Amino acid sequence: MTTAPPAPRAKMRPADRVFSGSTMGAGILILVALAAVALFLIIQSIPALTADPSTLEGAPASFWAYVAPLAFGTVWAAAIALLIAFPVSIGIALFISHYAPRRIAQGLGYVIDLLAAVPSVVFGLWGIKVLAPALTPLYEWLTGNLGWLPFFAGDASATGRTVLTVAVVLAVMIIPIITALTREIFLQTPTLHQEAAVALGATRLEMIQMAVLPFGRAGIISASMLGLGRALGETMVVAMVLSPAIVINFVLTGSSNPSTIAGNIALKFPDSYGVGVNTLIATGLILFVITLVINSVARYIINRRKAFSGAN
Amino acid sequence: MKLNRFGSAAIIAVAGTMLLSSCAANEDAPAASTSGAALSGTLVGAGSSAVGAAQTTWISAFQTANDGVTITYDPSGSGAGRTAFLAGGVDFAGSDRAFNDEEIATGGAVGCAPDSGIVQLPLYISPIAIIFNLDGIDSLNMSPATVAGIFAGTITTWNDPAIAAENEGVTLPSTTISPVHRSDDSGTTENFTDYLYAAAPDVWTTEADGVWPTAITGEAAQGTSGMVDAVTNAPGTIGYADASRAGALGTVSVEVNGEYVPYSAEAAAAIVDESPFIDGRPDFDLSIALDRTPDAAGTYPVVLVAYLIGCETYADSAKAELVKSYFTYMASPDGQAAAAADAGSAPISSTLFDRVTTAIAVIS
Repeated sequence: MTTAPPAPRAKMRPADRVFSGSTMGAGILILVALAAVALFLIIQSIPALTADPSTLEGAPASFWAYVAPLAFGTVWAAAIALLIAFPVSIGIALFISHYAPRRIAQGLGYVIDLLAAVPSVVFGLWGIKVLAPALTPLYEWLTGNLGWLPFFAGDASATGRTVLTVAVVLAVMIIPIITALTREIFLQTPTLHQEAAVALGATRLEMIQMAVLPFGRAGIISASMLGLGRALGETMVVAMVLSPAIVINFVLTGSSNPSTIAGNIALKFPDSYGVGVNTLIATGLILFVITLVINSVARYIINRRKAFSGAN
Repeated sequence: MKLNRFGSAAIIAVAGTMLLSSCAANEDAPAASTSGAALSGTLVGAGSSAVGAAQTTWISAFQTANDGVTITYDPSGSGAGRTAFLAGGVDFAGSDRAFNDEEIATGGAVGCAPDSGIVQLPLYISPIAIIFNLDGIDSLNMSPATVAGIFAGTITTWNDPAIAAENEGVTLPSTTISPVHRSDDSGTTENFTDYLYAAAPDVWTTEADGVWPTAITGEAAQGTSGMVDAVTNAPGTIGYADASRAGALGTVSVEVNGEYVPYSAEAAAAIVDESPFIDGRPDFDLSIALDRTPDAAGTYPVVLVAYLIGCETYADSAKAELVKSYFTYMASPDGQAAAAADAGSAPISSTLFDRVTTAIAVIS
């Protein structure tokens, strides 16, 4: 890296001043927007938090009893989606960056990026029209043969609109995000590192293990977190595909699935009024906090791992 | 390199064509006949999504007949519509239920003149079909207790003695019954659960609500389309949906006073005539206490009645004129027939038409 020698004091021209001012303005704007959203959520949530729980939908013991299954469902569905999407995305990204012939790699890259541009409502339609009916026989087999596992307990859903179906659709939606980012990171692995590994007699797999993956670790984590963020907040697909209930369970193939916060808001908001609206906004606040916590944890992991990434 | 650039351009072009090749269909508007002086102005309405399709038909017909009038209707939900009407955001509201006594007691709407009452007209009557998916069976007879048992989860297979006893001669499979309910907040659910609670209180013990009771599990699907889709794709399922959307699915004839009545527009309109108006309301408030257990023959009690709600006296007299003629059109045989054709609703009876006409006359 070459940087300009430290100048004594650069003369600020009007253009410089305007530019630096506008970038700072943009930076402040996003903070203000974030603060405004948080403030709105908190103010609008207060009536729901202080209301008599028996006036809330379904008359739960407290607001927390109402939001707990939703919070669980949000994290549960997103986690399964990430579990499915992560290995596939890394595989696609490595194929594009290190295995595929250049021309195929480019074409594949375009197609993956295109997948990221498909609106979620289209994925939702695909989920209910194609995927759910197609997966129903599999669910019947799973409950019939692996019913002793808690994940496949009970009867299979007749319509296939289970949390697993939703997770598969979510996985398809976040694969392009994770793939696009990790591909860029893998491509940036210093050629010297790679050549050094090969020179030591490493096979391509060993070279990837020794040079590419350690270099990209922080990037892989941030890419996954971006994907997870989309899965956590995804609304349309969950609302359209899932057969929701207010429950906490780990069953992947049944008809009573834990709903997600975003999906629940989409389903209930149109006909809500009064404290019902506040309750939904309060669940939105919980989602806000969940994403904040997950992102902070991810940021912490990235910072801790940076030292060993070999990038510095 | 050149080839590459060409290749990527081609991919984008092909993909772009795929993305953009959706088409828009224009609906043709039936002509509406309204007499009187030329009207002009803007009316804004909001509320029930159940009347959304009918509103589209009514609006296009009314606007065709009255060039200067613009009407918009936002199907944002009954609760939102009622709230917006009270807050003065909209001139009229559509709602799956009428304002109740408590809500009326809290005061009038902002858009109305002070001390004005609220006109509530049951202008949209729609039978709710109980739909099921069983190979080779188009129709089944069920008592309210059987329907409630199925949806409450106490009757779990199609060849249960309770169903078999009411359907002699029908070969019922031993398939598990998968009841499907709406996952969103809906007027259809509210009316369906109201029916179950009123007609089979021993089996169905939760009060009517737009949200399915959380204690009762089952499959759930979003919206009428999602419901119909779920039942169509999965054998052994049973659900409930606006009758106009039942399509080729099997439907249940419900037991009314010892007789099994299939859904029909006439039977749905008849139940509204059989039901009393809620006591203590002024003449222009035609809120109906739907009778879910009628004595009369040929009535179908699983119906959704949506109200069109306006002010008795508007703060703005020009608005009143517009609302009056729009409501008149919606109540007219023409308007009701148009909604029946496009949205599958049941036209109101002539008895109700007379009451509605009297009520509309007070709008000023």
